[in-house]
Amino acid sequence: MTAAATTEPLLRMEGIVKRFAGATALAGVDLTLQRGEVHALVGENGAGKSTLVKIMTGAYHRDGGRMWLEGREVDFDTPADASDAGVTAVHQEIHLIGYRTVAENIFLGREPRRWGLIDWGRMNADAATVLQGLGVDVDPRATVASLNTARRQMVAIARGVSLGAKVLVLDEPTSSLAEREVAVLYALIRRLQSQGTAIVYISHRFDELYAVCNRVTILRDGKLVATHALADLERLDLVCLMLGKARDELRLGTTGFGGHATPGAVTVGEPLLRAEGLRRNPKLQDVGFVVRKGEILGVAGLLGSGRTETARAIFGATPADSGTIEYGGKKFAPRGPDDGIAAGIGFLSEDRKAEGILPELSIRENLTLAALPMLTKFGIVSRAKQTEMVERFMRRMGIKATSADQKIRELSGGNQQKVLLARWLCMEPKLLILDEPTRGIDIGAKAEIQALVNELAAAGLGVIMVSSELEELVEGSTRVIVLRDGHKVTELSRDQISQQAIIRAMAEGSAMDDDAQGAAPAVAGAS
Amino acid sequence: MADAASVSPAVVPREARWGKLASMGPTYGALIALILLVVINAVFTSNFATASNLWNVLLQVSTVLIVAVGMTLVIATGGVDLSVGSSMAIAGAAASVLLDRGIGAAIAAGLAAVLVVGMINGALVAYVRVQPIVVTLATLIAGRGLAQVISRDGQLVTIDHAGFQAIGRGMLGPVPVPVIIAVFVVAAAAFILRETPFGRYVLAAGGNPAAARLAGVPVGRTIVTVYAASAMLAGLAGLIVAARLGASDAAKIGLNVELDAIAAVVVGGTALSGGRATILGTVVGALIMQVIATSFNMLLVPYAWSLALKAAIIVIAVYLQRPKRV
Repeated sequence: MTAAATTEPLLRMEGIVKRFAGATALAGVDLTLQRGEVHALVGENGAGKSTLVKIMTGAYHRDGGRMWLEGREVDFDTPADASDAGVTAVHQEIHLIGYRTVAENIFLGREPRRWGLIDWGRMNADAATVLQGLGVDVDPRATVASLNTARRQMVAIARGVSLGAKVLVLDEPTSSLAEREVAVLYALIRRLQSQGTAIVYISHRFDELYAVCNRVTILRDGKLVATHALADLERLDLVCLMLGKARDELRLGTTGFGGHATPGAVTVGEPLLRAEGLRRNPKLQDVGFVVRKGEILGVAGLLGSGRTETARAIFGATPADSGTIEYGGKKFAPRGPDDGIAAGIGFLSEDRKAEGILPELSIRENLTLAALPMLTKFGIVSRAKQTEMVERFMRRMGIKATSADQKIRELSGGNQQKVLLARWLCMEPKLLILDEPTRGIDIGAKAEIQALVNELAAAGLGVIMVSSELEELVEGSTRVIVLRDGHKVTELSRDQISQQAIIRAMAEGSAMDDDAQGAAPAVAGAS
Repeated sequence: MADAASVSPAVVPREARWGKLASMGPTYGALIALILLVVINAVFTSNFATASNLWNVLLQVSTVLIVAVGMTLVIATGGVDLSVGSSMAIAGAAASVLLDRGIGAAIAAGLAAVLVVGMINGALVAYVRVQPIVVTLATLIAGRGLAQVISRDGQLVTIDHAGFQAIGRGMLGPVPVPVIIAVFVVAAAAFILRETPFGRYVLAAGGNPAAARLAGVPVGRTIVTVYAASAMLAGLAGLIVAARLGASDAAKIGLNVELDAIAAVVVGGTALSGGRATILGTVVGALIMQVIATSFNMLLVPYAWSLALKAAIIVIAVYLQRPKRV
């Protein structure tokens, strides 16, 4: 990379300005990309990352500033223009056609033809060549729907590469990948890098940034904060730059738990829920645990380990086939979410968009959706009671919005998550099940949510927290259970919890050795 | 960012007010279109702006409007009900053959018959998970046949019961009874949609069924209720039409009404994708279609041309509703 840095930049953006209906989203941002570099783009929600990327890839028009690609000034009208010129984005929600084959997706819109008809033989062969060149082992004739998320992402990247991408934008590329798949993605990124492709890497996960990126550009409130080589930027300093805070304010760590559970300081109450032998084929095989009042039980495990299935079984969202649950001293067999709700359990899904928000409805309606029966008198929802509840929780959670009647889809991910959390808190639950409570939200909101969960547990609430972020589990949990292939493999008490112990448990067994190696370097930077 | 308290509402009152107007979107546009249509006709179409003609427009629109209110609820859940025309015919047929047992029995039988149709629609959509367009296409076909079976193999059954005829022909002062029924239906539906948990459940089931289920919303029951309501309202419209005609014509009553109802809903600004609904928008949408039909009729413009303009209005309405791009 040092060799490449001396040459002319591959892409240069200077003084980029973008306004939306009077609000300035970008106020003169610069960005340069060198050949063969992986460039991290970070910032809290609202920092302007996605706006900058959308301008770079032709999805938005800039209101000011200039852009050069390989020394030539460029101005993209549409994403197609940009990808023709060699700038392509691979989005969070991957844009592929599920029922068509890998080859068709890679060559969509520019299928090789013969006599005006699609030349299937050549298309499949060309696709195979592209995939091989990237070291991706996928059958070009397989339908995209038959692939897992990681493979789909590879196909999307292959499409970009076959379009002749010189600049590839990866927006949250690992948000739905398991750790073993992340390792494959990293290998692909390194291969592209060696071929001279510049990669813009957007992610909320620091481990990844340090594992794959050369430089980082930090944005805050639409302004450029700094561009820095990652190798000599400490993690804590990076957070400080993103938040615009002094370093000593953040000494306690990157999560909002702030080292909550010093051994002995936690007063853990009586058992609230006891699960034994939970099973639901194929993903849940044998999971059992106890949650007590006032404790945060961390649930760790790789993707597919049964962690989400465990959470859903307790709430009743997807009931277990067998096993026993004892709740509040009585047998409890939830058959649907209403059973869980009636028992005083709240459940925050890992997929905010698909299973959380009602995008077209207001904060008010989203927040009170579960509580409507409580707010209803003679069959009519009491506006006064509803308003009181909504205002109380918006204040308490620090939800940032123009008003309670703003549509939830207009909020940032962090604020949406706060509304969804409030949806359960207003029910005054006894047990809260959080599945990836801070996934994909900005650091500020993340810390606030973590601090709130901490506070709720201290007030006597039982919490089950499923998370793929080890930092969150280590700093937040009173105890951690680790799942692997549907089984509980270990349970760590407060003084046993460490990232190393969790990783060891997740990786236990011969089949997982490779993955442990793939995951270890990324995590090593965390401690 | 963490220390910034929630934005005070006082900072953005002007934008919020604009946002409110803008969020009315297509409905607002449709309302302006309706006003324009009425004003232009009042000026250029002779006899348009007379009391008798205005009552006539309202009378004409009342049955479609009643059907369209039910359609609005169904569309708000992300579904569609093509079977409403057949439900109208079934209710009319069932009532007409049972009129000799008394008016109460006749009406009850008509509505009960379509309630069954609606429940079948809803159950197939909610629990068997067949696509709404397929389910209701099936009941559209079967229902038309059923209506003809009920009315003695498709014969025209005349209705000479004065009390029953009053449902379609009666007047309360200057106001036709069907208009009163339609106003009541509109008011009740708007109230239910806005003020009850059920109304929110309709929007939740349409906006994001998975999220709704996890929040404890009885999604299945809500969908069944919505299709049942749509069928009942169609049945009510069928009774009105039969009463007005003084006969139940199982082959004709309610023919193609589903298209007029869907058009009214779409023009009024309810999104076909579900999760949003406006009853008042549907009223405006139905009125726009009716004013065009009536005025073209009065201007002696060929019927075919009024269809062309209706089509144009539907396309424009959907165009205005398209997702905004930056």
